[in-house]
Amino acid sequence: MIIFQNVSKVYKINSHETVALDDATFHIKSKEFVTFVGKSGAGKSTIVKLLVGEDKPTKGKVVVGSYNVNKLTSKELPFLRRKIGVIFQDFRLLMNKTAYENVAFAMEAAGRSSKEIQEFVPQALDMVGLKHKMSNFPRELSGGEKQRVAIARAMINHPDVLIADEPTGNLDPVNTADIMKLLLRINELGTTVLLTTHNKDIVNGLNKRVISMEDGKIIRDEEEGKYILT
Amino acid sequence: MFTNLSRIIKYGLAGFWRNGWLSTATIAVVFLVLVGFGGLLIFNSVTNIFISDIQDKIDISVYFKSDAPEDQILNIQKALQSLAEVKSVDYISRDQALEIFKTQHQADQNVSQALDELNANPLSASLNIKANELKDYSVIDSYLAGDAFKEYISKVSYTQNVNVIDRLQRVKSIAQQGGFILIVIISLLAALIIFNTIRLAIYSSREEFGIMRLVGGSNFFIRGPYMIEGMLYGLISGILSVLAITIFVYYTAPYLRIFVPDVNGWSYYTSHLASFFIYQLIFGIGLGVISSYIAVRKYLKI
Repeated sequence: MIIFQNVSKVYKINSHETVALDDATFHIKSKEFVTFVGKSGAGKSTIVKLLVGEDKPTKGKVVVGSYNVNKLTSKELPFLRRKIGVIFQDFRLLMNKTAYENVAFAMEAAGRSSKEIQEFVPQALDMVGLKHKMSNFPRELSGGEKQRVAIARAMINHPDVLIADEPTGNLDPVNTADIMKLLLRINELGTTVLLTTHNKDIVNGLNKRVISMEDGKIIRDEEEGKYILT
Repeated sequence: MFTNLSRIIKYGLAGFWRNGWLSTATIAVVFLVLVGFGGLLIFNSVTNIFISDIQDKIDISVYFKSDAPEDQILNIQKALQSLAEVKSVDYISRDQALEIFKTQHQADQNVSQALDELNANPLSASLNIKANELKDYSVIDSYLAGDAFKEYISKVSYTQNVNVIDRLQRVKSIAQQGGFILIVIISLLAALIIFNTIRLAIYSSREEFGIMRLVGGSNFFIRGPYMIEGMLYGLISGILSVLAITIFVYYTAPYLRIFVPDVNGWSYYTSHLASFFIYQLIFGIGLGVISSYIAVRKYLKI
């Protein structure tokens, strides 16, 4: 269960204030697939940052499962993040680590045993179709392959929630379709998926809940929604 | 905990190896700084050896009247030995003084003839006193000027040497203070250069820290490998700097003999090699680890 209760986020740069999120309230049930849509600057990425504790809200309350995210200290944040898998538009892989090590890192950070790592990492890479490229460094992988490594890494600790922040923004249509299929499969297996995108075709093809945003405000929240923005 | 530690070491070694060029460049800079630092320590030691060698050659002599009884002289020797400022007191009896004089002038016919004609020992008994520190000679001189000794002592050589002793003491104190200030300045400079070099090496990985935090890495788990890398920079540079300085000392030690003939520079260096090696390692590794710790901290605020 994810709860956003009257959440606002204001960034202050010098004396200039920018409202990134304005009094947002929504609840997401376990195992839901929710898409956040909106133009650049609408507040989608701010929601992601608040969910993973990368930023703290100026006002309101953010709850993920049993964690009150606003109240977590720097030392407590890793425990929340091990329950949330995140994938980004720019992949954010560790460039000095192989595909295997990138996925293994998330397990090692969570303190999992070497035996588990040796067993589950190849399985996860197999699931995303990259078992044959385990020893490759990110620079040796295509964009679609990098994003699949990122998905394997996000899923390796069996998180309750998977957040995909514009995951297909840098991919061609074929890879986009592959990634979306993977996200749907992950959701079917019981993980809550939060997707942010401004790709109309993706949203309209999903037939899942859509939260539309504009200028930091939630303007629409529909079950089986469509991409409708002015 | 043990599993985490072994993973940190593994990633530290892997990072060190994979960023080969960056590691080599960092080691090269840290090595040069440590050579400078070690060189200064050596230079300071050489200066101290040089000064203490001169200091060792200085003493004051107390000459006794020819009728001073030997047991009184020996009492004065004992009294002097009990002073904290006194390092050693050698007694030279009138007979010994004559023997030394004869040995020194055995080639001179006139001297031996004059001595034969005298048919008596014209030399005085004396005490040769060495002080612990140069400044202690004036204390000893004042002590000898006491009324209790006036009756036996004919003269004390301090007044003849007082200018040399004072000047040497000033040189020694300037050299020691200057050496200390120089070591502090060079240490700060070395620390700053090493810190900035390691900070630049870590700067290239700055984006990775945020990623590791977002994937659930704890600060300890993220920072650990970089501290291992910092430790390796210090360890390897430390070993190489001692090696380079050892080779340098081996080839230059013979020249030290020109200035200080009594001191064998090479054996002095080898007898202090272990402690010098430890200083270099502590300085190198300590700075490597601390620099990495501080440099990474900046990027762990996500």
